[in-house]
Amino acid sequence: MELLIASAIGVLTAAGIYMILRLRTFPVIIGTSLLSYAVNVFLFASGRLAVNAPPVLREGVERYTDPLPQALVLTAIVISFGMTAVVVIIALGAWLSCDDDMVDTPRINAEARPPEPMPRGDA
Amino acid sequence: MPAGLVAARMLGDSPAMSLFLIVALPFLGAVLPGLMIQAGRRTCFLTTLLTTAAAAIGLASHAPAILRGETVMARLPWLPELGLDVNLFLDPLGFMFAGLILGIGLLIITYARYYLSRDDNMGEFYSYLLLFQGAMVGIVLSDNILMLLVFWELTSLSSFLLIGFWKHLPEGRQGARMALTVTGMGGLAMIGGMLILGQIAGSYDLSVILTKGEMIRQSPLYLPALILILLGCFTKSAQFPFHFWLPHAMAAPTPVSAYLHSATMVKAGLFLMARLWPVLAGTEAWTVIVSSAGLATMVIGALIAIFKNDLKALLAFSTVSQLGLITFLLGTGTPFGAMAAVFHILNHASFKAALFMTAGIVDHAVHSRDMTRLGGLRRLMPITFAIATLAGLSMAGIPLLNGFISKEMMLEEALHTTLFGTPLLVAVVAGIGALLSAAYSFRLIAHTFLGPERTDYPAHPHDPEPGLWLPPILLMIPVIVLGVAPFLAEPFVKLVTGAVIGPGAQLPKEHLALWHGLTPALGISAAAVLGGLLILSVQRPLARLWDAAPRPEAKAIFDALIGAIVAAARLLTSRLHDGAFTRYAAIMVAAVLAAGLHAWFTGSGWTPGREMLPVTPAALAAWAMLVVASASLVVIHRNRLAVLVLMGIIGLMVSVGFNYFSAPDLALTQISVEVVTIILLLLALNFLPNRSPAESGAARRLRDGLIALAGGGAAAALIYVILLSDFPAASISDYHLANSYKGGGGDNVVNVILVDFRGFDTFGEIIVLGIAALVIYALTETLLSGPVRARLLNRGYEEDRAGDAHPLMMVVLTRVMMPIILMVGVYIFMRGHNEPGGGFVAGLVVAIAVVMQYMASGFEWAAKRQRYPYHGIIGAGVLVAGLTGIGAWFVGAPFLTSAFGYVTLPPLEKFELATAMGFDLGVFLAVVGAVMLSLESFSRLGRRAGTEVNDHPMDIDPSRSARRTDPMGQLDAPAGPGHSADRAASNQAEES
Repeated sequence: MELLIASAIGVLTAAGIYMILRLRTFPVIIGTSLLSYAVNVFLFASGRLAVNAPPVLREGVERYTDPLPQALVLTAIVISFGMTAVVVIIALGAWLSCDDDMVDTPRINAEARPPEPMPRGDA
Repeated sequence: MPAGLVAARMLGDSPAMSLFLIVALPFLGAVLPGLMIQAGRRTCFLTTLLTTAAAAIGLASHAPAILRGETVMARLPWLPELGLDVNLFLDPLGFMFAGLILGIGLLIITYARYYLSRDDNMGEFYSYLLLFQGAMVGIVLSDNILMLLVFWELTSLSSFLLIGFWKHLPEGRQGARMALTVTGMGGLAMIGGMLILGQIAGSYDLSVILTKGEMIRQSPLYLPALILILLGCFTKSAQFPFHFWLPHAMAAPTPVSAYLHSATMVKAGLFLMARLWPVLAGTEAWTVIVSSAGLATMVIGALIAIFKNDLKALLAFSTVSQLGLITFLLGTGTPFGAMAAVFHILNHASFKAALFMTAGIVDHAVHSRDMTRLGGLRRLMPITFAIATLAGLSMAGIPLLNGFISKEMMLEEALHTTLFGTPLLVAVVAGIGALLSAAYSFRLIAHTFLGPERTDYPAHPHDPEPGLWLPPILLMIPVIVLGVAPFLAEPFVKLVTGAVIGPGAQLPKEHLALWHGLTPALGISAAAVLGGLLILSVQRPLARLWDAAPRPEAKAIFDALIGAIVAAARLLTSRLHDGAFTRYAAIMVAAVLAAGLHAWFTGSGWTPGREMLPVTPAALAAWAMLVVASASLVVIHRNRLAVLVLMGIIGLMVSVGFNYFSAPDLALTQISVEVVTIILLLLALNFLPNRSPAESGAARRLRDGLIALAGGGAAAALIYVILLSDFPAASISDYHLANSYKGGGGDNVVNVILVDFRGFDTFGEIIVLGIAALVIYALTETLLSGPVRARLLNRGYEEDRAGDAHPLMMVVLTRVMMPIILMVGVYIFMRGHNEPGGGFVAGLVVAIAVVMQYMASGFEWAAKRQRYPYHGIIGAGVLVAGLTGIGAWFVGAPFLTSAFGYVTLPPLEKFELATAMGFDLGVFLAVVGAVMLSLESFSRLGRRAGTEVNDHPMDIDPSRSARRTDPMGQLDAPAGPGHSADRAASNQAEES
C-alpha cells in the first residue's frame, strides 16, 4: 500500500511539474493545483498510513492515527483554494487586458528592443 | 499604577531621564516636523529644536553622575536567545559624543532654519535630521553591539536621505549613492567583525566585551575581527583609501555637511575605535594598520585640499585629513595618544562645524563657493570673516586657539611613535601633514576674504541675518576659551580618556597646557606654520602643476568598479532571470532536486522497519484511476474542459484516499474544496480560450518530461522511504491525543488542534484566506474600472447559448436542496468538535449551497437577494474568532485559551458548549465569506451589455405561462405590461 501512495504522489508531482512548464497560464494553474494535491498528500502521508484509526477519541479504542499532519493539511487545502483563486484572477486580468495568456515575457532581451515610436505631436 | 510611581520607577534614585527616552526622543520627534510643516516653517523649526533640546536636557540630567565617574546603565531584554537586548549605557565617552551630537544638533537646526530656502521641504529635512540624530545617539549609547550595528546602519540610511535631499541635483543623488555604497559595505564588514568579537567574548554586551581585552587579543580570530571592524570604521570615517565618498557627499545642503560630515557621522568610526580601544588596541597589527592609515589619510587629504577651489570641497578634504590625524592618534595605542584624540575630536567638531557654516553663509550671500571668484570679502562680510578666520587659524594650529593645543599633542605623540622600525618617520610625516593643514587653512581665509575687493561677485556680498551667524559664533567660544585656558577642559578630557583606555590603564600624567616649554613639537609647529605660509604664496603656480599632473580620480575608479559589478550581475541575472517563467520553474525544480540529492547523500537516519499495509482491490482501483487520470491529463491537456473533468476525478480519488487512511476531516474538506475549485476554474474558462495551442517542440517536451519525471521520482522515493521508516523522534501528536479531551473538551483531535492547540495558526490562516479573497475582489474592481470593462461588455458569444439559461429543474432542485444543505452545514458545524466536521467544512458546504442558487437562477438574480456583503462576512468571521480568543484574557488566561462545559436543556440530550465553538464560528464565517467573495468577483466579470437581467428565478415557469397566453418564445422580448404585473407578483413572492 505504501508503494501505491508513494507512486501516486510521484505521478501527481510529475504531472504537476510538467504542466507548470507549459507556456500558457491555464495549464500552469492546473499544474500548481496538481502539485498542491501532491504536497498535501505528501504531508499527510508523513504522519504514516493507518487504516480504520481516525483521530476521533472513542471509549476503549487505543490506536489512533497521527492527527497533526491532518490538521496542517486541512488548512493547507483551504488555503490552496485561495491561492488558486488569486492566480486565476491574475491570469484572467492579463488575458482580458492584454489578450495574452503566455507566461513568458515575449521580449527576452530588453536592450535589443526597437525604440518606441514617438507619440504624435511630441517630435 | 499611579503616575508618580511610574515616574519614580523610571527615574530610579537620581532625577535623570531614562536613557531609553534620550535615544527614543529624536526618533519619536522625527514624525513631528513632517506634520508641523503644515503649521508653518516657524512651528516646524521650533518642534525640531524642542525635541532635540529635550533629549539634550535629558542627557544633561546625567551629567552629575557621569562627572562623578559613574556609568549609567539601562537594560531591556528583547531577544535574549539571540543575545540581542536593548541595553544602553552612558559613560564619559558616550556622554561626550552624545553631547556633541545633541549640542551641535541644536546649532545646526537653528542654522538650517535660515539656510533652507522657501522651495525646500523643511519638514522632510528636519525629519531626516532627527532620524539621523536618533541613530547617532543610539550608536554612542548602545551597550549591546547588535543594537549598535542596527543604529550604525540607520545612520548610513538617514545620511543617504540627507545627502540626496536636493533630489533635483544629479551630484546629490550620485553622492548619496556613493556614500551609501561605501559606508554600507563597510557596515556589512563590521557586522561580520562584531559577530566574531561577540563570539570570542561570549557576549554581545560592550560592558562585558570591554573586560575581556586580553582574551580577545589572544584569540586566533582577533585579526579577522579587527580588520572587519576597522573596515567599518574606516569607511565611515572616510579614511584612505575609502576617503573619496566624503567630498562627493558635499552635494548635500550645507547644514548636513556641517552636522554629518564634520561633527558627528564621520566621527562614528572614530568613536567605535575609541570604544573598542581597550579590546583591540595595543597590538602590532592595530598600531600598524590604524596609525599608518591615519597618517596616509592626513597627508593625502591635506594635499588635495590645498588645490580645491570649491570651499566645501576644501573643507571636505580638510575633514578627511583631520580625521586621519585623530585615527593616527588612536592608532598609536598609548594613553597619551588617546587623550590627544579625545581632545582633538572636541576641537575639530567646534572649528570645523563653524567653518562649514561660514562656507554656507558665503554661498548664501555671494551665490558662489568657488574661491577663484571670491576674495576681498573681509569688509563686505566682517562677521563671517571674523568667524572664518578664528576657526581657520585654529585649524591651522595657531596658538591661543584650541586647534593649536591638540595639534601640539599630536606632534608630541608622533615624535614618540615608531612605525616600520624607522625612527622619526612618523614625526616627519606628521610634520608634513601639519604643514599642509596650515597651508589649506591659510588659503581658505586668504582666497575668500583677503585680497582686493572684486566687482564681479555673482551677488552682492553681505553679512546674513543673525540666525545664520549666531550658531558658528557660539562655536567660537570653546575655540577661544580652550585655546587660552586648555586646563579648563582637562578634567573632562581625562575623564573621557579614562573611559577610552579602560579602568585598568594608567591615565597620562601630562596636562593640557598652552606652554610646554621649547619642545621639539613646538619647533615642528612653527616650521609647519611658516611652511604653510610659503605654500600659500606659491599656491597658484603649484595648482597649475597639480592640474597638469596625472592622478587617479577616485570617482572614475568607483564608477568603473560599480559598473563592472552591475554588468556582472546583469549577465548572471539575464541568464537565469530572462523573463521566461517556464525557465524559472525549470531552474527551481532542478535546484530543489539538487538540494534534495545533496541532503540524501549526506544525511543519515534512514531506518526502514515499518511493516507495509496490505493492498486491497478497492485501493488498487482508486490508485489506477488516479494514475490514469493524471496521465491522460498530461496527454490531452490542450483540451481545457477535459482537463477539468480529469481534475475532478483526481480530486475525488484524493478525498477517497484521505477517507480510507483514517482522515475523515480531510476527505470532507477536500471534496468540498474540489467542488468550489472546479466551479472557479469553469468560471475562468468562460473567459479564457478553451484550448491551449500546441507550441512546444518535441525537444522541449522531452526536456520538460525528463525534469517532471525526475521531480516525480524524487518525491515518490522520498515519501516511500519516510513511509517505511519510523519517526526519528517522538512526535508531539501523542500529547494532542492525550489532551484533546481533557484540555480541549473535544473528541475530534484534528478539530481540537485547529481551534485550540494551534488556534493562533488557524487564526492567521483565516486572515490569509480573507486577504486572498479581498485581493481577488480588488483586482476585479480594477479590471472593471479600466478599459477591460468595455471589452467585456461588448464581447460576443463564442459558443451557441442555451435557450434555457435558468432551467426549471435546476432551479426547483437547488431551492429544495438549499435548506437541506444548510441543515447539513449546521450539523457538520455543531458536531465538529467531537465528530468529523467543523468550521472549515461547514463553511465550504454552506458556500456550495449558496453558489448553487447563483448557478441556477443567474448571478444578478441571486445577488439582488443577498443581503450581507461578503466582505462583511469575512470581517465578522475574523472578528468573532479574534474576540473569542480575547475573551480568554478576561479570566486571566492567554489568548485563545478555551473553556468548555456541558449543558442540559430538557427536551434535548446533554450537549457540550465550548468557547472553541465561537472560534470555529469565526472560521466558518471567514470561509463562507472568502469563497463567496472570490466566486462572486469572477461572476461580476461575466456581465455583458444587452443581457436582460432575469426577474424570475427560472426562464420557463409553468405557473407563469399558465396565467398568460403568450408563447414561450416571447420571454426573451422586452417586458410588456403583462410582464411587469407578473414581475411585481413574483418579486413579492420571492421577498416574502
